[in-house]
Parts: sequence; C-alpha cells; structure tokens
Amino acid sequence: MERVKLDIWVGIFVALGIIAMFYLATRVGNLTSNDVKKTYEVKAYFENIGGLKPRAAVKASGVVVGRIGSIVFDPEAFHAVVKINIDDRYSFPKDTFANIYTAGLLGEQYLALEAGGDDENLKAGDLIVHTQDAVVLEKLISQFLYNSAGEDEKDDD
Amino acid sequence: MNNILNFLEKLGASFRSALSGLGSGARLFFLTVIYSSDSFKRFNLTIKEIYFTGVLSMVIIVVSAFFVGMVLGLQGYYTLERYGSSEAIGVLVALALVRELGPVVTALLFAGRAGTAITAEIGLMKTTEQLSAMEMMAVSPIGRIVAPRFWAGMISMPILATVFSMVGILGGYFIAVLIIGVDEGAFWSQMQANVDFHNDIVDGAIKSVVFGFTCTLIALYQGLVAPPTAEGVSRATTKTVVISSLSVLGLDFVLTSFMFV
Amino acid sequence: MEENLISINNLSFGYGKDLLHKDINMQFNRGKVSAIMGGSGCGKTTILRLIGGQLKPNSGNVMVDGKVVHEQNRDGLHNLRRKMGMLFQHGALFTDLSVYENVAFPMREHTDLPENVIKDLVLLKLNAVGLRGAHKKMPAELSGGMARRVALARAISLDPDIIMYDEPFAGLDPISMAVICDLIRSLNDALGATSIIVTHDVAETFSFADYIYFLADGGVAAEGSPKQLLASKLPFVKQFIHSEKDGPVPFHAEAPSYQSDLSL
Repeated sequence: MERVKLDIWVGIFVALGIIAMFYLATRVGNLTSNDVKKTYEVKAYFENIGGLKPRAAVKASGVVVGRIGSIVFDPEAFHAVVKINIDDRYSFPKDTFANIYTAGLLGEQYLALEAGGDDENLKAGDLIVHTQDAVVLEKLISQFLYNSAGEDEKDDD
Repeated sequence: MNNILNFLEKLGASFRSALSGLGSGARLFFLTVIYSSDSFKRFNLTIKEIYFTGVLSMVIIVVSAFFVGMVLGLQGYYTLERYGSSEAIGVLVALALVRELGPVVTALLFAGRAGTAITAEIGLMKTTEQLSAMEMMAVSPIGRIVAPRFWAGMISMPILATVFSMVGILGGYFIAVLIIGVDEGAFWSQMQANVDFHNDIVDGAIKSVVFGFTCTLIALYQGLVAPPTAEGVSRATTKTVVISSLSVLGLDFVLTSFMFV
Repeated sequence: MEENLISINNLSFGYGKDLLHKDINMQFNRGKVSAIMGGSGCGKTTILRLIGGQLKPNSGNVMVDGKVVHEQNRDGLHNLRRKMGMLFQHGALFTDLSVYENVAFPMREHTDLPENVIKDLVLLKLNAVGLRGAHKKMPAELSGGMARRVALARAISLDPDIIMYDEPFAGLDPISMAVICDLIRSLNDALGATSIIVTHDVAETFSFADYIYFLADGGVAAEGSPKQLLASKLPFVKQFIHSEKDGPVPFHAEAPSYQSDLSL
C-alpha cells in the first residue's frame, strides 16, 4: 500500500470522525445553547423541590434562560437551597417568582421565572423571595379527597 | 462426588488463569506505553495500522449503524405510538445510540473484525518466528508491532463509535420521518432538547475510548500468547472475540452505572 | 583479543523441571565455522537462543565477547544483538515487507544511513546471495530456498561478527543445499565472522565446518574437527555419521514388553 494513498485514506477516516462528532454535538445535542455562556448566580428556598435536578432548565416564558446549579438541604432552616445560574444577557426584577413546573404531563421538572414589577433587578448572590414548590402527586390526591369529602358533608345537611 | 470436585477444581483454575491473564494484560499495557516512542516518532507505522483497523472497518460499521438506526426507529415508533408520544422517536433513537448502542455495538463489531485480524496477524508472526527474528535483530517487537496497533485501536474506536451514532440517527430519521411520516421538526427539536452534550455525547465518547483500549489490548495479548500452531492461532482469535465481547458488556454496565445513574 | 568470541560455561538449562542441558561447556573460536549436531529435541536450537539472550540459563553462563549475556541490561543486550545475525529455520521473513524492505530492515532500524546508501547496501547483500533480481518480490512469492537466501542476506545486513544458522539445510533440494553451504563458508571468510550452525545434516556440514559439537543426553557427547570425528570410535558418533538405524540412540522408544502389549 503506497504511503500517500494510505495517508489519504486515514486522513479521510479521521476527518469523518471529527465531522460525526461535530454533527452529534450541534444537530443532535444542545451544544449551541447557553451552556457555554457567562452566567450569574442567584438562590431560592423551596419547601419541596419535587423532581428538580441540577442542570435542569430554568425558563422564562418557556425559553431556556439558565440552568440549575446545585441543590442542597439546609439542616437549620429545614428547606432546600437551590442555586440558579442565569444567563448574563437576561435580568429579572427583584420580585420575580420562581415556580417549579413539569414539562408535559409526565416529563421532567424545570424552574419557571415569572417577572415581577420591581424597578430594581436581581444581582449575583441575591435571593428570590417568591417561590412555589413542586406539585407532589400525593398531596394533590389527598386534597382532592378532602375536598370531595367536604362536599359530601355539605350534601348531607 | 468426584464430578463436583472436578468442576470446582476447573472453576478455581479458570478463575486463577483469568486473574493471571489480567495481570499479564496489565504488564503488556505498561510495556506498550514504555516502548511507544516509535509509534509517534515514526507515525507512519501507526497510520498504517489505523488504516487496517479503522478505515477497513468503516464499511461494516456504517452498514450496521444504518440498520440498527432503522430498527430502533421502527420498534421505537410502534411502542411510543401506544402512549401517544410518537414524536419522541428522535429522542429515543438518539439517546439509545449515543449512550449505549454506538459505543457497545461498535466495540463488538470492532472486536470481531479488527480484533481477530490483529490476533491472527500477531499469532502468525509468532508461529513463523518473525517476532523472534525481530528480537534477535535488536528491534523490540513490542515497540515495532504491538504499540502501533495499540494506538491505532485507541484512535480508531472512538471515531468508529461516533460515526456509528451519526449514521444510526440518520437511519432512524430515514425510517421515522421519511417512511413512517413523523413530523420532521418534532423529531429534531425534541432530540436537541433532550440530548445533552456533556452528559450523553461525551459520556458515550468516554465509553468508546475505554472499549477501544480493552478490545485492542485483548486482541494484542491473545496474539502474543497464542501457541505457535495453526490450531493455537485459530483458538486465539476465538478467545479474542469472546473475551472482548464479555469485557465490553461488563464494562458497559459498570460505566453506565457511574455515568447515567 | 580473546580466542573465544563465544563461550558456554557450565551451562544448565531446562524449560520445565527436566534439564535439557546439564553442565555443558562449549567454545566457539573467532573466524571459524562451528556446527552443533545431535538428534531431534536435544536442545541445539536452544543453545542459539541462549547465546542470543532470548532465554536465561538455570545455572552457568554464556559469554559473548567477554560479557555475560543474561546479566546484560536492555542497552547491553541491544548492543550484543547488533553484532549478531541469525538465520531462522524457515527464513522468518517479514511477510508484509518486500525482499528489499526485509534486507533493509536492520539498516533502517539501527543506522541513519540515507536512502541511496541503503539501496546500494541492500543490492550488495542480495547480490552476495545471488538474488539481486528478486528485490521487488514479496516473501510469499519466493520458494523455500530463495526465502532462506533472502533471510541470509538480511542476517548479514549489518556485517555481524556472529552469524547463527538454525537448520539451514532442512527441506532444501540438493542444488539449494550446495548454494547455502557455499554461502555460509564464503560469507564467514569474507566478513571475518564467527558462524555457528545448528543442523543434523552430516554430509554437507562435514564438508566445510571447522569444528563440530555433538549433543546428546544433555551434554556434549563428542567434539572435534571433521577429520577427528570421522576417525572417532565413539559408538554414538559412529551411529550418527554412518546413519545407522540402531545404536546408542535406540530405535524403539520406551515401551512395556511386547508380550504384555499383545496380551499373549
């Protein structure tokens, strides 16, 4: 096998590999999203984070604007401390709401930021005060049962 | 009673030989690394081996990937449709390939094609005393024969696995979108939303590097220790495939539990 | 300068528990062609491997040019092997390289000679064995005799001081045998080298060797120049030289009595 021909084929082979990797990274994966951008960190406290995981999406109006950083339990105040990394490009008012919603019916949970009306914006290290916990299925069911039990009682009167 | 004792004895012996094989394999790896300078200074040696292990495997990899992708698309569609989630077919195909099937199936095919070729070649060189001749000419067979093939395998496997994933996804696209009629936009957008570069693609690439290391080292080792007869070499190639396949599947489980759980 | 380029001193060696060589002594003088002969399986080829450092002796040593072979480190062994050329039984040519590439192999690995110098040297060596015209062929295209001659050209590629031959006459037709005989002698004298031949071919070896060792039962059964050995009265030597079917080396392998085997 001539050396030149060998080199050409191997070169094509390696090039194909790089193209494939590139293809996977951009067209299949989400590398083109905000992962590589600069972010600033804020935090929020939740009684129940449900199924929220680190690296889960943080969305505003349905658009991904950041990623969840870390989630730890505070053993003194007995709530979860969620660190949120928001893309530098976006600023939110100080009275923004942070709610945990579910994507689709049985999908993954994400953090939704709903902007408030404050003049001042959140800075790095600030705390989001208004939070809404994740919906826990069991509580929903017991609430439903309690409500329906209450209705039955009223009917009995 | 004797039969049971015999069986236990054989089990113990095979366990011991497996352990000693592991040790010898590790020693081969360290020797290969020590003698690797030639593989890089005279890169032509390595390039030649990349051609034989990588380039010549491309056909089987691409064809297999396309079929695997198509089957994933087909099977996945009919299952997802029952839950009304047929638009998630893109996610299913992509994740299955990138995380698991890409690295694992490529490794199995690699072991079967390139691994057996390496084992047979080295076993034959041992049988015809070519390795001895090289030693007597003060040229290390490890540096000249083993190391280039090792690095070629390490370089080829990730490339083959990545190509496998890409072609597989295209195969899935072909079936799902072009044949069955799933919405193209939903196919790609759901995929992009749910396949994470760091967690899925990079982890799959790490797997393929580990598998490449394992399969290549096993193939080289079996070739070097093959008894210098025709029967010995042929048995060595069988051992390469069997041991490589089992190791890949076992390592896949270990790596998956580290990475994705 | 030492008279003995290679000496084997009180060497004992065995692959497993049984010793193949028990406390043997051999000397190989500079510039001479020596032969090691003996029945199959008596450890002749193993001697070559011990000299080349591929095997380590159980006790005793092999000294090459004043250095103990098995005590050398990687570099020392490397330097010793640079001085040796070995012709393997079936040539052991590298099947993926052409004849030219095979002969050029040692030069490319151990010297920095430019390509045109290598080309001249390779053709020179091939010419010495009469195969200059075959330099483009691949080993698979060569006959047994031709392959062995190419392997010989490769063995003398770097003008070694020691050339070792492992059964160079095995399986050759009479013409090729005569060619190899002639080459061994003429190359040895032209290069001023020391040649060691492992063989059991009596007629050819006796025609050109300077000194012959006979190995049997793990030791040196007889040694001497061809003339001395032809006149030897030792029964083993006589059986070997005169190709007798039965003698000190028995025809029948060890077996229980014939009567009991046939269950009479």
